[in-house]
Amino acid sequence: MDNNFKFDEATQKELSVFLEKQQAEARLHSSIHNFTGICWDKCVTGTPSTRFSRSEESCLSNCVERFLDTSLFMVRKIEEQRSAVENGNTKFT
Amino acid sequence: MNAKKEAVMNAVRNEIALTNAQQLMNSANERCYKACITKPGTSLSSGEQTCLSRCLDRYMEAFNIVRRTYVARLGRERMEDQANVI
Repeated sequence: MDNNFKFDEATQKELSVFLEKQQAEARLHSSIHNFTGICWDKCVTGTPSTRFSRSEESCLSNCVERFLDTSLFMVRKIEEQRSAVENGNTKFT
Repeated sequence: MNAKKEAVMNAVRNEIALTNAQQLMNSANERCYKACITKPGTSLSSGEQTCLSRCLDRYMEAFNIVRRTYVARLGRERMEDQANVI
């Protein structure tokens, strides 16, 4: 591709929409990889067999849900603390 | 013009697919090594190879369970957000 080549405006727009979508998908995949690692370490402790047990399976999906709950909980806590500071109450509870 | 656009799009798609595969391989490799090779010998024993191939299958399965759970949750939260706006 030569360096002076330029896409027309419509194509540039189309490409930027495309890129945004691809990036969003890549972020989603990254999160899934991250959760898979965390939850594998938590839930799969024995030697891997030919199939997951019922409990491993439900552990994996509970693990994802609770991890997300934890992250929401933390955000809420930090917001509470910040608004306590803003209200002149510096004591953390 | 169109061919160049397609070329750019395909390059991006390939790049993302490659990154995705690398991430999966890296973390599966690390975890399956930990799970299956407890005492490294002079070569991979057949028992270790069986364990590794089962482990890889399970890792992919875990990835899919996690993906399903996460995507379902995202969908649920999006619906709740919409309900709150209305």
